[in-house]
This record gives sequence, C-alpha cells and structure tokens, in this order.
Amino acid sequence: MLRYIANRVLIAIPTLLLVSIFVFMLQKLLPGDPILVLAGESRDPETIAFLREQYRLNDPLIMQYLYWLMDVLRGDLGISLRTGLPVTELIAQKLPVTLQLAVMSMIFATLIGIPAGVMSAVRKGTFWDYLANFVALSGLSIPNFWLGIMMILLISVNLGWLPASGYESPWVDPVRSFQTMLMPSIVLGTALAATLMRHTRSSMLGVLQADYVRTARAKGLREKVVIRRHAFRNALLPIVTLSAIMFGELLAGAVLTEQIFTIPGFGKMIVDAVFNRDYAVVQGVVLVTATGFILINLLADVAYVLLNPRMRATI
Amino acid sequence: MRITTLMTTLLSTVALGSMAAAADLRIGLNEDPDSLDPAQSRTFVSSLVYESLCDRLFNTNIDMEIIPELATDWSWSEDGLTLTINLREGVTHHDGTAFNAETAARVLDRNMNMPTSNRRAELSSIDTAEATGEHELTLTLNGPDVTLLAQLAHHAGRMYSPDAAEAAGDRFGAAPVCTGPYSFAQRVEGDRIVLEKFADYWEADEYHYDRVIYQPIPDTTVRLANVRSGDLDMIERTAPSDVPSIRDDARLQLFEVANIGYQGITINIGNGPRSEGPLGSDARVRQALSLSIDREALNQVVFEGQYVVGNQWAAPGTTWYDESDPVPARDVERARELLAEAGVETPLRIEMQTGNAPVAMQQGQVIQAMAADAGFEITLRATEFATLLSENVQGNFDMSQQGWSGRIDPDANISAFVGSDGANNDQHYRNEEVDALLAQARAEPDPEARKALYDQTRAILKEELPLIYLYHIKYFYTLRDGIDGFEPYADGIIRLRGVSG
Repeated sequence: MLRYIANRVLIAIPTLLLVSIFVFMLQKLLPGDPILVLAGESRDPETIAFLREQYRLNDPLIMQYLYWLMDVLRGDLGISLRTGLPVTELIAQKLPVTLQLAVMSMIFATLIGIPAGVMSAVRKGTFWDYLANFVALSGLSIPNFWLGIMMILLISVNLGWLPASGYESPWVDPVRSFQTMLMPSIVLGTALAATLMRHTRSSMLGVLQADYVRTARAKGLREKVVIRRHAFRNALLPIVTLSAIMFGELLAGAVLTEQIFTIPGFGKMIVDAVFNRDYAVVQGVVLVTATGFILINLLADVAYVLLNPRMRATI
Repeated sequence: MRITTLMTTLLSTVALGSMAAAADLRIGLNEDPDSLDPAQSRTFVSSLVYESLCDRLFNTNIDMEIIPELATDWSWSEDGLTLTINLREGVTHHDGTAFNAETAARVLDRNMNMPTSNRRAELSSIDTAEATGEHELTLTLNGPDVTLLAQLAHHAGRMYSPDAAEAAGDRFGAAPVCTGPYSFAQRVEGDRIVLEKFADYWEADEYHYDRVIYQPIPDTTVRLANVRSGDLDMIERTAPSDVPSIRDDARLQLFEVANIGYQGITINIGNGPRSEGPLGSDARVRQALSLSIDREALNQVVFEGQYVVGNQWAAPGTTWYDESDPVPARDVERARELLAEAGVETPLRIEMQTGNAPVAMQQGQVIQAMAADAGFEITLRATEFATLLSENVQGNFDMSQQGWSGRIDPDANISAFVGSDGANNDQHYRNEEVDALLAQARAEPDPEARKALYDQTRAILKEELPLIYLYHIKYFYTLRDGIDGFEPYADGIIRLRGVSG
C-alpha cells in the first residue's frame, strides 16, 4: 500500500510540471499586456520600463519560466502584480476560505444527493422517485448566479435571516462564518447534489439487479440490510470517484458563486488575476489547485481499496 | 426584582449591540483597490480608502476648488519657480512620529524617485523638495507649472510616514502608515480593508466611527442588496438602472453628483496602418460620425437618462466648458453630406472596439444603429479590458470606447489624450498648435486667461475630432436611512468628515 502511494506521488511530480508549463504558455498566449494594466490611467513611461525589467518580461519565455520554477522550488511563488502582495500570502488567505466552501457544499450535496439517489432507486417508479428526479433536474438546470441572487433577495433582504454576502473566518466568529457560508454552499451544493443523486440512482439500480443482491434476498435478509450492506456499499464505488472529482473542482474555486456572495476564495482571485494579467497569481493558484486535485484523487483511490477488498489484490 | 434585572440586562445588551453596530461604518466598493502605497496606487477606488487613511497636502471643496489640508497656506514666487508651503503643526503619523516639513520632503522625494512609483510624471516639474523650516516646505521647479497644486491634492500629495515606508520598502502598501483620521488595521484581499480610528488625529472630533470597513463587492445588484439588508451602511457607484427603485425605498437615501471625467470614442488618427482609412484620414468623416449620434437618446436608452450628455472633456455648465461649442443635435442629413463631400463610398465599414461589460456593449449597439442611418456600417468588437488597452497602444483599432475618471486640474483631462507626447494618446493625434496652446495653458496662473487657451484648443479639436465626447457619468451613492452629514463630491471620493448615524 505504502509503495503504491509513493508511486502515485512520484507520478504527480511530472504531472505538476506539465500543468505549470501548460498554464504558463497559455497565459502568454493571451493578448494584453500586464504592465499596461498595472500602469493604470497615468501610464508613466519610466515606471512602465522599470516594471517590465523588474518582472523580467523582457526575457525570453523559457527563461521567465525557469526563473519562476526556481523560485517555486525555494518556496517563493512570486509577487502579485496588482496588489504587490506575495502570492504565498494570498494563497494562505484564500485556501481556508475555498476549503471551507468546498467542504460545506460537499456536505450539503452528499446529505441530499446520496439518500435521494438511494431512495429513488429503491422506490423506482413511485411518487418519491419522480419527486427526487424533478428536484434533481431543477438543481441541474437552475443557474447558480440566478439562484444566488434570488436567495439573497429573499433570505437576506426580505426576511433578514442571513447576511447577504461577505465572509468571516471560523476562528474569529464561528457562528457568523457559518451564516455567511450557508447560502453559497446551498447554491453550490444543489447542482452537485443533483449530479450525485442521478449517479447514485443509476449505480444503485445496476447493483440492485446483481446476483449477490438476489442471493442476499433469497437468504431471507431484511430489505434494509440488503440495501445497506450489500447494495449500497457496492454502489458507492463510482460515487466516491465522482465526489473526489467534484471536490477537486471545488478547490479551483467557484467563480460565479464567489462573485455573487463576495467570498474571497480561489475562484474570484483567479478570475481577477486573469483579467489583470497577474501571471504569478494565476500560476500559483493553478499549482496549488492541481496539487490538491491530485491529492484528493489519491485519497479516493485509497478509499476504493478500503471499500472494496477485491481491489487490494490489484495493487 | 429578578424580572427587572433581567429586563435591564436585556435592554442594555440590545443598547450595547446597537452601539457597537453604530461605531462601525461599512462601505461597499465597486472593486478591490490596488496597492495602498500612495506612491504606487493607480486606481480611482484606492482614493476612496485613502481619504480616511492618508491626508493630502491639499484637498478640494465641494466645488472642486483647491483648499489646504495638511498645508495651511502657500505662496508662489514671482517667477512661478518656487512654491512655499506652510504645514499644519501638531500632526502625527499613525506610528507616532511627527509630521513636519522634513517628513513631507522625504515623502515627495520617495514619490519622485522610487523606481516603482507612479507619481513621477505627476511631480516631474519639481526639481527639489526641501524643509526650509520646521513646518515650511519649499519646492523648487524646473519650469512654471500651475497644475502642481492639483497634483498635490491627489495621490502625489498624500502624506505618510517616511520612516515606516523606508522600513517596509516595496511592501509598504500592505500596511500603510499615514496621517489620516483612521489608521490601517487589516486587509484581506478581495474581501475587506479595515481602518481604526486614530485617537491622535488633529481633527478627531469630526470623525464619528470607531472603525471604517471597506468591502469590495463588484456585482451592483449584490452591493445594493447588502445595503437593503443592512449588512452595509453605504455603497458607491450604484447602477443607474437601480436608481428609480432606490428613490422609492424609504429605508434608503440616494445621493448623486456629476463626475469630472468623460466618456467617449477615441479614433485612430495616426497609429499604424489602421489609421489610413477614411475615418482616420478625413476629419469630415469623423464629424459625420459625431453628427449621426443622438447623445440624449443614448443616455435614455442605456442609462435611463441618468447621465449628462456632453461634447467636450468638461461637462456642460461646469467651469471649463466652452459655451461657444454646445452639444450638437443629431443631424443625419448633414452627416450624409459630409460623407459625400469626403468622397466616401457608403456604407463605410469601420470597427468599434468596446468593453465586454453588458452596458458597454449595449452602448456600442446604440451607436451602431444610429450611425447606420448616416451611412456607417459599424462592426462591434467586444474586448476584455487588458486586451483593449494593448490593442489601443498597438494601434490595432479603428475606433475604441474610452473613459476617463477626471482630475480637478484641466490639464490632466486633456494633455495626456491629445498632446503629441501624451501617455494616453493612443490615436497618435499630433498637432503642434494644440501642443503649444496646452504648454502655454500649463504655465498660465490666471484662470480666465487659461480658460481662453483651452477654448482655443476646442476650436481646433471640434473640427479634427480625434476624440468624440459623448457623455459624463454620475456617481450614485446609496446610504441606509439614518446616516447624516454625507455630501457627494464630483471627484467621487467619499469624505467621512462630519458623517454620523
């Protein structure tokens, strides 16, 4: 097992390198000049020339990349062009926010999506199945930004139950932190819950037809036990994969949701950074996100092994 | 007895709660400011935060006239080459060091010499800044410059602790130390900037909040929802489309003021091959385009009629507006004649670069439809901001939407855009006569004589039209009910002096 994990970590290194090269080159393909954005309305030519030199924008691309890579190996992700703050500091500010939003949305999605999926598979063709499908379809079709603005207008403006937007760290004020994150996690979570529900349903339907389920029933096990121990556990494997991918995507930030609820997470930062051509920030966030994605997929693979003893033989 | 105690406790808790809330002022901003180092800042929005954080040598009153702030009075030498400024006594920086002529001179030095400073062009007329007394600052100029006071009433004149700046170097903007009514407490990028009341401020009694919290919320709908729900006390730059509903809402107050900047179209006159078509090479074609646009209709359709139509960099009715050149009415007939005189085959195909925000694109579509009646076939290219900037600089445009946030000194609203060496002259308009008039105006201390010089440039520019001015935006502020003492200023900067509630 340890060797398996070590192997996976080693494979991650070239993957990360490729990702960083890819993002670096893509950014340079974008039209637009970061220094012009940086120079602002007054565009002092001397300052422009100095900044170009300081940020090594006159060097060949390959050198620019190597400089960046060497800095990264020393633990320095560079300086944000826009705010002048170190990228590591910005990431340290945003990572907990993004993690909190991702975890809360995943919890919401899992709590709603998986039970709804199981129920609609077990009670296929009944009212509950149709209801769950209807809700899931709505969750998938309602755009995040619309749902977000509607929730703000209803819950914050009209009812005054929750703050309209903003963020508070759980270490400073846990109650307010939960309150500010509740609406965004519901907005993000509904679409995820819908996807999870659809997949759980189809996975469960497949498993419920399997021979071992029939055998379990034939043994005279109670239906609850059949579903929980035999069917659900086996149906869970594809759901774990899906959840890992979803969670990984959440780590890249949820652009629209963060924008609407003004949550200072990765999504908002990376969009601002792209618009300002703040190369160092984009590179840094992508590197951290890619690392997170790889890590979570590794955890998902480990979870397979724990869930399914047959997998142990293959590693 | 017990019930009374309970009631008292409850009431005092409620009272304490509302007191705590009243001591914080939460202001929603349209975007997140850039670096908070006054030497480096380059955005309008940073001025809003600075106004509570860093005093300036000069400020402006509500009529946009220059008034002393950290200066008390000033005098020019006969030849206009020496400016002597007396400074306010008893002022302290947030780090406890005293503010005096020596620190002010060091701040100006840093603004003029730091390689990453964005203030160098603004202060380029200063040769030396010296402390000639404990509170007397003397600036020696390399040539007469009547715009200097206005520069010292902007970013370049914001005073900070030179000791703190030296210690922090390039990172000073992360935790600035200034002289304003509030000191820097915390910044979470993209989320909030928190300032705390500075007890030793020279006018501390005039500031009534313990903390001021600036929160960037780019979405106008969400920003407004936050005032409606009571999560914010005040927001700036409310969307014109929301104005009617705010007027009807008893819980909100609306303030508006016409901005000193302008919005218009830049036309490529001499920047590369794309300037060689009829639009760039024949002024009559540009005049035709200007005449084909109904500015008031544009204002009604896109901005609910809330903005001010215009045809010059100064808005109609303001000090620097040239009354002899009023806003032209739409005249499609004349536009067609002009195109015929120019020998242009219609429809004339041209491309207009616009921003990619919905309002910018809508504006482009309205202009496209109006110009079509006169014989222009405009294609629109919606471009994201960073790309638009570099396309403009490289001359890869026929015409391009342009806006300027405005400065109190007229020179800054025109020279950079039509002067031959202007940093923002992307259309590469070159006219020696205009250059000479602008240089003369820059050195002319008498406002009336100066205005006459700017009017002379109008006479040329309205014929040649390197820039077609269309309208002037208004700043709308929405405040929750109960806040008193707020007044909107044409420069858009929020002043908290005397604001309470």
